[in-house]
Amino acid sequence: MTDPMPGLTGPRARHGSTLGQPLTRRDGVLKVTGAARYAADNHPPGMLYAVLAVSRVARGRVTFLDVEAARAVPGVVEVMTHANAPRLATDPDEKTNPFAFRLNVLQSDRVRFPNQPIAVVIAETLEAATEGAERLAPRFDEEPARAALDDGEVFTPAVVGAGSPADVAHGEVEAGLGAASHRVEATYDTPAQYHNTMETHAVVAAWDGNRLSLDLPSQALAMTQMRLGQLLGIMPGDIHIRSPFLGGGFGSKAGVSGPQLLGIMAARLLGRPVKLVLSREQAFGPVGHRAPTRQTLRLGADGEGRLTALHHHTRTATSSFDDFYEAASGASHSLYASPAIRTSHDAVRLDTGTPTFMRAPGEAPGSLALECAMDEMAEACGMDPLAFRLANYAEVEPMTGRPFSSKALRECYEQGAARFGWAGRPLAPRQMRDEAGLLVGWGMGTATFPALMFQGQARAVIRADGTGLMETGAHDMGQGAWTALAQVAADGLGLPIDAVEFRAGSSDLPDAGIAGGSAHMATAGMAVHEAAAAAIARLADLATGDERSPLFGAGNAGVVARDGRLVRRDDESRHESYADILARAGVAEIEGRGRAARDPAAGADYAMHAHGAVFAEVKVDPELGQIRATRLVGAFAVGRVINPRLVQSQLYGGMIWGLSFALHEKAVVDRRSGRVMNANLGEYHVPVNADVPPMEAILVEEHDPYVNALGIKGVGEIGITGSAGAIANAVRHATGTRVRSFPIGLADLLA
Amino acid sequence: MNRFDYVRPSSVSEAVAAGAEPGSAFLAAGTNLLDLMKGGIARPTRLVDVGRIPGLDAIETLPDGGVRIGALVRNADLAYHQEFARRFPMVAEALLSGASAQLRNAATTGGNLLQRTRCPYFYDTASACNKREPGAGCDALAGENRQHAVLGWSEACIATNPSDFAVPLAALDAVVEIEGRGGRREVPLTDFHRLPGDTPQIETVLAPGELIVAVRLSADAAAFAGHARYLKVRERTSYAFAVVSAAAALRIADGRIEAARLALGGVALKPWRAREAEAALAGASPGFESFQEAAALALAEARPSGDNAYKIELARRVIARALTLAAAGTPERLPALPGSPFASGGSLHD
Ligand SMILES: Cc1cc2nc3c(=O)[nH]c(=O)nc-3n(C[C@H](O)[C@H](O)[C@H](O)COP(=O)(O)OP(=O)(O)OC[C@H]3O[C@@H](n4cnc5c(N)ncnc54)[C@H](O)[C@@H]3O)c2cc1C
Ligand code: SF4
Repeated sequence: MTDPMPGLTGPRARHGSTLGQPLTRRDGVLKVTGAARYAADNHPPGMLYAVLAVSRVARGRVTFLDVEAARAVPGVVEVMTHANAPRLATDPDEKTNPFAFRLNVLQSDRVRFPNQPIAVVIAETLEAATEGAERLAPRFDEEPARAALDDGEVFTPAVVGAGSPADVAHGEVEAGLGAASHRVEATYDTPAQYHNTMETHAVVAAWDGNRLSLDLPSQALAMTQMRLGQLLGIMPGDIHIRSPFLGGGFGSKAGVSGPQLLGIMAARLLGRPVKLVLSREQAFGPVGHRAPTRQTLRLGADGEGRLTALHHHTRTATSSFDDFYEAASGASHSLYASPAIRTSHDAVRLDTGTPTFMRAPGEAPGSLALECAMDEMAEACGMDPLAFRLANYAEVEPMTGRPFSSKALRECYEQGAARFGWAGRPLAPRQMRDEAGLLVGWGMGTATFPALMFQGQARAVIRADGTGLMETGAHDMGQGAWTALAQVAADGLGLPIDAVEFRAGSSDLPDAGIAGGSAHMATAGMAVHEAAAAAIARLADLATGDERSPLFGAGNAGVVARDGRLVRRDDESRHESYADILARAGVAEIEGRGRAARDPAAGADYAMHAHGAVFAEVKVDPELGQIRATRLVGAFAVGRVINPRLVQSQLYGGMIWGLSFALHEKAVVDRRSGRVMNANLGEYHVPVNADVPPMEAILVEEHDPYVNALGIKGVGEIGITGSAGAIANAVRHATGTRVRSFPIGLADLLA
Repeated sequence: MNRFDYVRPSSVSEAVAAGAEPGSAFLAAGTNLLDLMKGGIARPTRLVDVGRIPGLDAIETLPDGGVRIGALVRNADLAYHQEFARRFPMVAEALLSGASAQLRNAATTGGNLLQRTRCPYFYDTASACNKREPGAGCDALAGENRQHAVLGWSEACIATNPSDFAVPLAALDAVVEIEGRGGRREVPLTDFHRLPGDTPQIETVLAPGELIVAVRLSADAAAFAGHARYLKVRERTSYAFAVVSAAAALRIADGRIEAARLALGGVALKPWRAREAEAALAGASPGFESFQEAAALALAEARPSGDNAYKIELARRVIARALTLAAAGTPERLPALPGSPFASGGSLHD
């Protein structure tokens, strides 16, 4: 059994469907009162505290650890090093699937990146463990670090991102460039970025024989359970992971991380529950990051401003020991029409932790570079940036010729531009000033993100008292899954939302797929929808097949579920409550199971993407170079909107992330040591409130019959795309300076 | 982790006695010291918590019209003290441009002046740092040093002093009242912090155990209230240390500058008083030319310590702008974004 959210109270039900209603977060009160229990809030009896010691060198071997000194600290119970760490059933360096990242869990003395765990000190108190970890005074046999994109040997990876080919071409790019009247070739640099989830990676692990109980924030419960089963040599079903809330994941909590596995190993070693929580600084290394990119775009356009060729090349980096390649060029696959498109990647290996998926992986840096290059080309053609994008509007997916399942991008451009007041924007840069004399610039960018879907399952129950239960192992990372999925459940079950108990966030529930790829609502939502439909169908069978029911003979399709009753479609005066149907049939409850997956035929026939248009205004001090975004308007076509309040929050969050990408975020890496020099939230800048301008996110109506039956496309990542480019382009428009290295800082604008 | 004793003296003399013991450190609000202890950068064996010593948290007007700020006055309390802010507006503006509301509510006058540099290599105990470990070398010299000093640095250390508060205090000739075992002494703020030279580990003129008890501003400093601004350029709109900042104050009569006060932040290991610039401004008419000249004079000795030549040009511009703002007159109310070139927020619909 899983604990439902303790003390959960939902808002009052509304008449009609809950779909499309802007319900407030059902877990909001728990969050603001501190009652929401995150992984690290758990303290099972007898629990010990584990603290990591991490490497300061980027490459080499651990030659000495003063284990004696650490053990001598009162309260220290054990020091786990490569000498005594439990061996695992499956080598953590074995690549069991492309998403199983290699883990550094004290299986050897080898150091492969700064902040790699080199020991775990376990103690009765956090303080003793911390002190023990300090006493270890490690020594290393150090080898030179490879820290920057220029430091490694360049190679072409087999696949990039989640398994896309590294180099794809359609048409003749060189010929297209040769024939062009205007050409743009430009290189854009984006830095390494770290997820910096508010909640750092944590685990509370308790073993009972070969059964394992975990409090562990997870974006992928079933996948994590499976991987842990392999690594630990136990049945996945014997692992119970509770993950009711995540303090952000952004891709870094999609699998078990090395440090979390170490906590689990420590608990096994000692036979007592163990808690391990990463410090902020320790999260800069072993739990993933977004790799730096250097992107070169080559564009050709004819005299009418239509693209003749588009080549998007990305150089990126992975770790010395594993493979993940930021697929930034992918952003150019499907957005703009061009007779010739090539997207290519190459990479170097650096002594860093392995990069991984980070919110809008590939698309975030890729869209930034593409939107800047499009802006540069618009300028070369003497065209308004929006007019130029419209001139290159892709009516079909350019590289495949497939139709889009739906694409209301034109409406996004129209509504966004109108709301922003884009018309009348001077073509030339550095033309606008505000009353205080600050330079004003307007820029735009197109937003796009694939409408993905994974496989997921759910289980619905209608109980004797007429209430419902919906179970799915979905994940609430703060995006609002507790609320939006419950809305789908209530709608499907024909019940007010308060009459449905909704369970999620636990591995003993049906696998809801992963919360990633902006696909969780589509995946888990469809599973919930299908499960509800299955339960209602069985209920309808009971009623319509029973002569004593007022619904007898209506046929399964002849009834609808509404407010806890089945109602005859052709005669609304004939209806029966769920409780009555079950009571008469003498059934305690009925169950429905749902499975979600993309319809393979639709997936093959149609290109599926969400779209949007973002318009930005920035102000720049003409002498001091200090930049501030002052307005952001986005218009997004994201298919069906289940909860506009939550969707808007997601889009705002994405747009702020885009602002952060353009103007703030950067891991400052010391070229010699490979260490991140700003591994704290004071100096790793993300926007503060004063940086965030007034924003609007317009939801453009879009009906998509192909993506899935609910018409959901996903909103978690698209807000970043378009926004970063819009801001960069606005800076250019304000100042006349085109900055191609991100984040843009005041020093870039001091000319 | 670091085992340490904790004592809480109840008077200045007790504190001074306790602070003189080797390995002792005074603890005020701890917003800097505790971070340094957690990171293993500071390792005092004894914390002398001066935070509750009575009598150190007052803002007093002195008979001669000056003001005396107790060492324990919180940064926020000082900035929001109406009389103080009216008379020393650029000090209030500098305070409110620093850190965050939460930090300002805790941070103290004495602690702010003694906060340590934000050089990342100083914080990273795996790096070589002469300030942390004399003679170890300076990893910032050939490292990530875009934010480092352009004035007064040495090969031994190129760090900057991060305090905003100290910058207008230096400009206005504030005096630091210090109590040690030998009694009380006074040091002008401009002499309080030391340039690195060969001994970057020695940051101030304080002897071990000496306690800041107050900071004083004279009535003369208040005479600049009508034309005084603090301007702070930073990498985000708020909650960031200065890349370069300037405190500029003028006394203007009959269209002429009678006297000028100018100090820079973010450029050196101490708040940088620009006396040559002040001298050039005295008697000049306020305007583009005199401000440019002052800016050039203030940076005459500047040289990059690394990848930071841009800071020299930026500092000139910050000075010219701060003087321009000061000449235009101190605003009636503190701006919504204190110290920022962005006076107010944008609105979608205006
Ligand atoms: C994230 C962050 C951002 C910040 N941003 C800014 C910023 O933008 N601008 C800015 O100016 N500051 C900034 N600060 C620094 C902040 O202003 C200082 O941490 C604060 O002023 C220190 O005051 P405190 O009372 O907490 O000092 P403590 O941390 O208690 O002490 C600091 C030092 O002063 C010594 N000390 C304290 N009081 C006395 C005394 N009376 N006599 C002798 N020695 C004493 C202590 O021994 C210690 O060495 C920031 C800090 C943080 C953490
Ligand atoms: S600049 Fe100064 S504080 Fe920074 S590393 Fe060098 S010596 Fe240390």
